[in-house]
Amino acid sequence: MNPFDYVRVESATAAITSGSRAGAKFIAGGTNLVDLMKCDVERPLHVVDINALPLAAIERVSGGIRIDALAKMSDVASHPLVTRDFPAISQALLASASPQLRNAASIGGNLMQRTRCPYFRELTFAPCNKREPGSGCSAIDGENRTHAILGTSDACIATHPSDLAVAVAALDGVLTIRSANGERKVAATDFHLIPGRTPHLEHDLRHGELITSLFLPDAAHAQHSAYLKIRDRAAYEFALTAAAAGLDISGGIIRSARVALGGVGTKPWRARAAEGVLSGQRPSAELFRAAADAELQAAKPHEQNKFKVELVKRTLVRALTDLAGGVA
Amino acid sequence: MLAVLSHVNAPKLQKPQRTQGGGGGEASSNLAETNYIPFSDGTIHYLGQHIAVVVADTLEHAVRGAALVRVTYDPKPAKTSLDEHRASAKEKGTQQSPASFAKGDADAAFASAPLKVDQIYRTPYEHHNPMEAHGLIASWEGDYLTLYDSSQNIFSVRRTISQMFGVPPENIHVLSQYIGGAFGSKGSVWPHVVIGVMAAREVKRPVKLMVTRKQLFFTNGHRPATEQRVALGANADGKLVSIIHEGFGQSNNVCTFVEAFTASTKVIYDSPNMRGVHRGVDLDLPSGTYMRAPGDSTGMFALDSAMDELAYTAKIDPLQLRLINHADRDPLTGKEWSSKSLKECYAQAAERFGWSRRTPEPRSMRDGRDLIGCGMASANRPSHRAPASARALMRSDGTVLIRSGSHDMGMGTLTVMTQLAAETLDVPIERVRMELGDTNLPQTPIAAGSMTAASVGSAVFGAATELRKKIAALDGVDPATLDPATYTAVLRRHYLNEIEVQFNAKPPEEDPYSSHAFGAHFVEVAVDADIPVVRVRRVVSAFAGGRILNAKTARSQGLGGIVWGIGMALLEQTHLDTKLGSFTNVNFGEYLVPVNPDIRQLEVILVEENDPHVNPIGVKGIGEVSMVGVAGAIANAVFHATGKRVRELPITVEKLL
Repeated sequence: MNPFDYVRVESATAAITSGSRAGAKFIAGGTNLVDLMKCDVERPLHVVDINALPLAAIERVSGGIRIDALAKMSDVASHPLVTRDFPAISQALLASASPQLRNAASIGGNLMQRTRCPYFRELTFAPCNKREPGSGCSAIDGENRTHAILGTSDACIATHPSDLAVAVAALDGVLTIRSANGERKVAATDFHLIPGRTPHLEHDLRHGELITSLFLPDAAHAQHSAYLKIRDRAAYEFALTAAAAGLDISGGIIRSARVALGGVGTKPWRARAAEGVLSGQRPSAELFRAAADAELQAAKPHEQNKFKVELVKRTLVRALTDLAGGVA
Repeated sequence: MLAVLSHVNAPKLQKPQRTQGGGGGEASSNLAETNYIPFSDGTIHYLGQHIAVVVADTLEHAVRGAALVRVTYDPKPAKTSLDEHRASAKEKGTQQSPASFAKGDADAAFASAPLKVDQIYRTPYEHHNPMEAHGLIASWEGDYLTLYDSSQNIFSVRRTISQMFGVPPENIHVLSQYIGGAFGSKGSVWPHVVIGVMAAREVKRPVKLMVTRKQLFFTNGHRPATEQRVALGANADGKLVSIIHEGFGQSNNVCTFVEAFTASTKVIYDSPNMRGVHRGVDLDLPSGTYMRAPGDSTGMFALDSAMDELAYTAKIDPLQLRLINHADRDPLTGKEWSSKSLKECYAQAAERFGWSRRTPEPRSMRDGRDLIGCGMASANRPSHRAPASARALMRSDGTVLIRSGSHDMGMGTLTVMTQLAAETLDVPIERVRMELGDTNLPQTPIAAGSMTAASVGSAVFGAATELRKKIAALDGVDPATLDPATYTAVLRRHYLNEIEVQFNAKPPEEDPYSSHAFGAHFVEVAVDADIPVVRVRRVVSAFAGGRILNAKTARSQGLGGIVWGIGMALLEQTHLDTKLGSFTNVNFGEYLVPVNPDIRQLEVILVEENDPHVNPIGVKGIGEVSMVGVAGAIANAVFHATGKRVRELPITVEKLL
């Protein structure tokens, strides 16, 4: 670990002032940042502790709910507004990490967590374009069982690890971001970036900016949503594949569909091609499979993660089938 | 910062003499990497090798200092792929098991057998990952060393350090009283022990050295990956006529270890013809070592998978096939068993499991979306013991102190030995206390190979028996008739504050019997038909390990072994990047071991045996037999559920898609 200084701030203004210094990083739950500091991947000069900021509320607001950025994963997962109106969000959170981590980790931090790619995180002697731009990617022809098949590039195939971010992408979440210049809003689907030639740029958050809240809009498909996560062991593992889906079905027709995929994308993967297939149609096994096939046409598998193409299709079909009441 | 030590400035150490030894005699040295003395030269044998140590006044300063060390490398090509270098496989016998065995003409018998199975099975690299990482505190005072070391082999640590640093063993005091898991990884002296002791001597201050979780994946041993061929030849009635078990595992040129996966094959099924050989492929990778049920767990996965394949080929129930091929004597040596209750294990576990309700056809059992499968396998582990000593002391207030080097890694040595002493002396257990984990106490062997209860138990039993005799002798009475309630009165009458004996227990030079613990596993799995992740719903296992000293600790050993077996079957593997020569999933997030929801219903049946031959207390050791065979039983259950035979562990979803 490298030397750093630590400051605890009590207001968003103070946080932004401190966080705007060169080499500053915000810390909330610290479940990812501290790990990465120990791995020598994150080397902040200043650690700005924002836990004292009054940003932990979960509230009904006009047209949806607002989850403040410092709300803990466990609190959000069990909040009645979330379990009733956004079940996919609650399920995604409960499928994440462990109870101890969920008690510590914040919602803003969860969306900012970094990839588990071993070449990025552990094997710091190995080339990694995300950790050291231009050095190369060790995963593309290395150990890549857990890596992404959607949104990849020749520079990076690292998977975005968050479950929550997948459900948020599906349900049209909007982030409020604060800086010295005021507030701006960014759609969750625009917040995370695909790697392209710049895998070290992972999101639309400029230095010194602070995520203050997440807005989730009310919708029938959100109320009727679910998150299905597939992994080797029954708990405490990142997704091999996952699907967040919401369906508004009335009169036997899918009026609106929301789909995002996890464990397979370099960012939380909003599956608009799949949604296009589903929308306006009668639910059926064939339709769900066609939706999955449409989304995965763009998949670029590598040696060890080829299986994810079929597995994520089946994951999505299962999630949709269960939401549609077992029609398939 | 206090010092930076590397091959550039490290003191020269002696290479320890590799000697055969045991607890009652002189312990052998036990340097894990016998062909490499840390910091003796600038050669890097594998990625992750310790090449320098930084000593500082705080951990943070030391870690920061280590990051500032600049290293210049002179790269050389490295051999890292087991598959690519298979042709260089060579026989490397270990102390534990010679490289090969043969009886009859296995190849000819196989060639002419009416029924055949001939398949390749693979097991991956695995790491022990004890919760307590390896670590030590070393403190020199002149030529005297006190070493707190997380070790399951303290007397060998003393011997090794003595030889390497050129100080007499009596100057070295090694303590290891409580150990947070070891599983074989703390049986040898790994480089960090030598480096920590060296650093303390150089900086002339006590040094604490902890190995990080990540480092543990490179510097403290692993279970080597293997590739095994099993060829079984049988008559139409299922009787085996030939067993061939051969293959190779990763090894390297700094250590002698190879995974002896044919060890159980010599013992478990009867056949007039059999041969086995395990070879090592030396790669430029970290060193393999003993990991819970070394050889047996990997080998029995292959052998019992092949037996299951033979059962389907012969259309014989898998359990029936095992009974047909039950070995009434040790199949290789022809010796009588000291005792054997494998048939009882099969019968009791099968009954409890409900094996007869299984329908034989693969994919014939379902529960909603899940395919259900049932599989079984046998378990075996040799019952060794080694020389061990113990002292028993009684004070005039009636309290008893048992002292024996030994180790407790959580398996209950303290509990069981205290119990055994109390029972032998016929005094309440509250009056007995035991001290262990200290080289100032009587010598004992490594706590490994499922032999602590048998070895240390024989010594404690002997010491307690002798103590009773010595007290009886004071009054010249028969120890059998001495009333334990009068112990204190006898001592007082003879003006004794305390009375003590030492007992040195030794196994016989020649053993006319073959001694093994046996067991049987029956497993039910559920595999989702579309998303084929395997979940183990139920395991019923029966073990016969001689006399059970404590049913609770024995059952815990059984449960722990089954849980580990489930991990081995479905989750555990250390991924290797052969281009880099590096393991990649080097943390608890990605090295997967079972968590609570992976473990459903487990049942352990302890089949009691009265074995008058194995050792004075009749125990066989059950620390490892419980995990042998679990992976095979699960693989067999997965085949029964899905119709897919997975011959490579772990059985992950992509192998069943």
